[in-house]
Order: sequence, then structure tokens, then C-alpha cells
Amino acid sequence: MPEPFVKTTSRVIPIPRSNIDTDQICPARFLKITDKANLADALFFDWRFTPDGARRVPPSFIDEPHNAGRQILLVGDNFGSGSSREHAPWALRAWGIRAIVSTSFADIFKGNALKNALLPIVVTPERLAALQKLVAANLDGEWTVDLEAQKVTLPGGDTFDFEIDPFARTMILAGTDEIGYVLSRLPAIEAWEAAHPARIDTTHA
Amino acid sequence: MAEKPRTLVEKIWDSHVVASEPGAPAILAIDLHLVHEVTSPQAFTGLRERGAKVRKPGQTVATADHSIPTLDPSLPILDELARKQLAQIEENCREFGIPFYGKGSPTRGIVHVIGPELGLTQPGMTIVCGDSHTATHGAFGALAFGIGTSEIEMVLATQTLLQRKPKTFKVEVTGSLQPGVGAKDIILALIARIGVGGGTGHVFEYTGDAIRALSMEARMTLCNMSIEGGARAGLVAPDETTFAYLKGRKFAPQGAAWDEAAARWRELPTDEGATYDQSIVIDGDKLEPMVTYGTNPGMGVPVTGRIPSPADVEPGNRDELERALAYMGLEAGKPIAGQKLDVVFIGSCTNGRIEDMRVAASVLHGRHVADGLRVLVVPGSQQVKAQAESEGLDKVFTAAGAEWRESGCSMCIAMNGDQLEPGQYGISTSNRNFQGRQGKGGRSFLASPLTAAASAVTGVITDPRTLTPTAPQAMSVVAAQPSAVAAHASEAH
Repeated sequence: MPEPFVKTTSRVIPIPRSNIDTDQICPARFLKITDKANLADALFFDWRFTPDGARRVPPSFIDEPHNAGRQILLVGDNFGSGSSREHAPWALRAWGIRAIVSTSFADIFKGNALKNALLPIVVTPERLAALQKLVAANLDGEWTVDLEAQKVTLPGGDTFDFEIDPFARTMILAGTDEIGYVLSRLPAIEAWEAAHPARIDTTHA
Repeated sequence: MAEKPRTLVEKIWDSHVVASEPGAPAILAIDLHLVHEVTSPQAFTGLRERGAKVRKPGQTVATADHSIPTLDPSLPILDELARKQLAQIEENCREFGIPFYGKGSPTRGIVHVIGPELGLTQPGMTIVCGDSHTATHGAFGALAFGIGTSEIEMVLATQTLLQRKPKTFKVEVTGSLQPGVGAKDIILALIARIGVGGGTGHVFEYTGDAIRALSMEARMTLCNMSIEGGARAGLVAPDETTFAYLKGRKFAPQGAAWDEAAARWRELPTDEGATYDQSIVIDGDKLEPMVTYGTNPGMGVPVTGRIPSPADVEPGNRDELERALAYMGLEAGKPIAGQKLDVVFIGSCTNGRIEDMRVAASVLHGRHVADGLRVLVVPGSQQVKAQAESEGLDKVFTAAGAEWRESGCSMCIAMNGDQLEPGQYGISTSNRNFQGRQGKGGRSFLASPLTAAASAVTGVITDPRTLTPTAPQAMSVVAAQPSAVAAHASEAH
């Protein structure tokens, strides 16, 4: 069962790149696991290490020493494009990321993130540019992301509101599982199935 | 009062909403759930932890495709993690009663190839799979999309999903395709125009004369890459081409049930006067064979084109293009044709079907692949493999110096040992050219099977329209991508 999540305060890791795809977030060769262990190590792996396995110099974003422990990513447009692998949000969460700020997120990634209490925070292109400037000027400023209030508080006290799927918000605030919600509607599902016979039977050889 | 005209997507959506409560996403019934070894293990673990069963094993089917080697299946699997993952899916399917097409099964294959091939994929269905290329099944007029592992567990446990209604995006391709141009070129051209995030929040519906003229397999190629344009699904309304493909397949309705189903399917196409949230028109007559130069599928140009220069793009995209060209080791302004290659990969859920094999064979027939080039031909399923072998296509490939393999995802995702080496250049009929996608440090060009096969002959990226035909008439005729055949025919004069 996930833990409830309400808000967090953290410094920010800026990654000023657009279209960061799931193969960058978690390369496919790390998908051979059958559990969720050790995924923090896979996060942005090929950005962090050369094909020979040496750590890149200078270190890539999350490997910069001052970024250790930070929980908020500030990234360019269309974060999480590509594959449906939930290993991407698992890896981000395992590393410690709780919120990602961008102008847009790929649909499947966004859904997967919300199911793992990883907040996709959508801002306008103008705000993104302003936030990037803010972070560049004050790399150690702390932001507070408050899911309950749907508000981000910036260093100095400025705030902005963000939209999030209200159902996902409720689930994350309560630490509740969506499967439990749907199973509690089983009578409605059974009624629908009674009126709509299955189109196929894969067990019929 | 007349009913409000609806789109294909809206009709499928409306007929599958089980419940819709204020403040919550709809509970959407799922007709078919496809499962593979990579994204499902943690979902089965979740089921066990909650003591749940698979609610509808008869609407679920599993296969092994991503991490399975494409070498001789009698050889042991040396990769311990892959071996464990493949054993796990078998075990999970046994425990939960799910039909499994595993190693040794004549109907095993890439999940998006076997669904249609077995007749499991049918018009009007909702179809999901823990794989973003589930969009492929939209070729039949099904609402098919990729889901994450939490959602896999949801579907296993409930046979439903919580979903918000997607927006609709009409993609109209007018006219008719020129010789040498096919479905892969349409989709690469679309993504080059709208960008990899252009369809976010939407579902594509492909319409227009050029789409109607496509075979089912070509429509699958098209719909397959909808996700590369940001759309979780992409559909083509069912028509006589769809019905002709489906009829007689193993899980397709038979007899009276067929007639009843076909009548239902004929009601699916978008009503006249229905509106879409967005739309785009592409002139099919003007399309050329496409090839990508960069590190996402939107970075594509006609094969006659040049690699763009960062100076020519909008300032906001400049850094991304510079990084892409640096990774690819390419020079801005140079023609893309003539670029040297190390590897050619023909296969994947995008282009691993029998028509793709025929097209590639029609080019390689009587020719040899360029010196020093590695050419890998990987059928999308064991049935595709058997069919190709019955037509002698495997002999064409091996005689040309290409490798002919067992079916699987192979070098598209590079999880099974088939991969580019760091720095290598590969032209690939697959769907993603992301950094490292086909092997760490590997550099990918996406193209059609026709362009890939032509490039295999020359060893450099090649406009397929510049090659003269070598295949006997019979092979050209069965090469079902009509444009490919026409290309050869027109050059024969």
C-alpha cells in the first residue's frame, strides 16, 4: 500500500532538456528485473556513465554532488515520451524524486507517475522559462510542493497553483489504491458484463 | 431528435463505460488484455499480495517477445535475468490460468503481431497491453493503448481500467502514395510535422483515400507508431479490407456469429458531421520515403533531403538538435542519403509482418548485402517465420548474406542480445531512435523495410527508388506493399 503524500520541501534539479524519453530515464536493459529493486541505480544511467561504464566527467545532472537528496525535477517539454514502462517512475521515485515540473508530460508516463505518487506539475511555457531563470540564479533555493493546496511556494514566498487530476490527487493524499476503489464497484462491472458477453475466449484452443 | 454524430473513438468509448461517477475517471471495460514478460511480473506479484485472481483469463493472452533470444531456440538462454524473466511469465500464466504462447509455440511472437494474426484483435474492442505499441491494434478500428504495470494489475484483477475520455485528432491523408512510399513513410512524415508530443492527450483517427488504400498490415505499421507522435492510440475505421483480413482467423467469429459481428462493425465508422478536437491534412501524393536523422522519431526528413542545421530551426529547438547531431555524429546540411551504415535491422512490431518480409526480399533477391554490413532479418512471429520460409524468403535473405532469425522484438529494444555496439550506425524498420535504444551508444535511423533493404544492398542510406528490380515477377507481385511493386515496375521500363 502506498504511503499518503501531502507535501514536500526540497531544492530543485534543473534539467533543461525537452522530450526526455523513457529510454533516457530508465534504459531497456534494466527492464529484465521481476521486482522493483535497485532501480535508483538505473535512473538516467546512460547520461551518467559512458558505454564502458565509467562515470562521465563532468558528472551528469543527478550525479552532481549538490543534487543528492533533491526531490524536485525542473525539465523541458514532453517529459516521459516513449515506452509504457512503469520502471521510469519507479526509478525516479527510488532515487528520491517526488515532483516533476514541465510544460507537458507524455500520457502514459503521466498516468504511471500518478499511480506512484510522483507528481507531474504542468506549467505554461512562460512560467517554465521564469522558473528556469529562478533556479539558475538561486540553485539552493527551497521549493515547497503542496498537493493538498495544489500550490508551489518558491524561495522568497511567491507561489503558483497547479492543476492535477482530482481523483489521482485524492488517492495520493489518502495513500489509497485504485484497484480497491474499482473492486468496490464490482456489482456494476458484473452487471455490465451480463449485458455485454465477452467477444473472445482465449482459453478456447 | 437525431442522435449527435459521433466519431469511431467515441462510439467505442461509449459502449465500454461501465460506470462514470462525478469526480472520478470512467470505469472502462476491457475486451482483450495482452501480456508479455517484461512489464507484467510486478503486476502478478501485486495480485498475489492482495490475494486476487485474474478475473477474466479468457480475455487475456500472454507471450514472450521482448527478452527472448532470436537464436536457435534449442540453445540455452545465457542471460540469467532474461532466463528468469521468461521462466516467471510461464509460471505466472500457469498459476493464474492465462493462455501462454511461449518458447516452442508455433504461434509465439511479438504481442502486437500475434493478436491480429490469431484474430484476437477485432473492430470495436478495447485492447490494452503493458506496451506503448499496443496502438498497432487500432488498425482494426479497436481502441487499443499501452498501459503501465499498475494498470496491468488493475486489468488482471478487474478486467477494467480507470480512464479519462481522450480527445480526438483526425489525421487525413489524401490522394495516393507514389511508388516506393508506404505506411511507414506516412507516419514518419506525420510525426516530423507535429512533433513527438503533437498528439499528447489525443487519439488519432487516420482517414482519407491514401489510408483506405492501405492493406491491413500497412495500417498496423501506421497505427503502431501513433505513440511516437504522442497519441496513446491511433485508429483506422474498419472496412472490407479489415473484414477480409479477419475472416477465418482462429479467434474470429464464425458462421452466424460472424454475420452478427460484421453488422455491428459496420456501425463503427465515424458519423458524418462528427467533430474532432484537432485535425491535420497530409497530401499523400507528395510524400517521399522518409528517414530519421536524430534521436527522436520526429527528427525525420525525406530520403532525398538534408540533415537540418541548428541555425534553421526555432531557437527553442536548437539545443536539442545540436545534442542529437552530436550524439549521431552527423554534419548539419549534408544529404541524409549516402550516410554510411554498419547494421541493418528489418523486423519489430512496426515492420515485422509477412508483407514487410516480402518487400525486403523483393529488394534483396539476387543481390548481396554490402561488404562488412551486418543485416538482421527478424520475423515478427513464428507464423510470419513459417510463412516466409514456405515462400522461400528465408533463402533469399541468407543467400544475400543476411541473418534470418527466430521471432521477437530483437534489436528494436535490444534486451535480448541483439544490439548495436557503441558508435555503430544502424538503419532500422523499428519505431524508436532514442539514444541507446538499440544498444548503448548505438545510432539509429528509422525507415521503411523498402528503404532499409535498399540500404542493405549499398551499405549506405539509399533512396529505394534508385534501385533496379531483381526479383522475379512472382515475388514482386506478392510484395504486398503496392507502392514497392509499382516502384519496381515503373523502373523496368
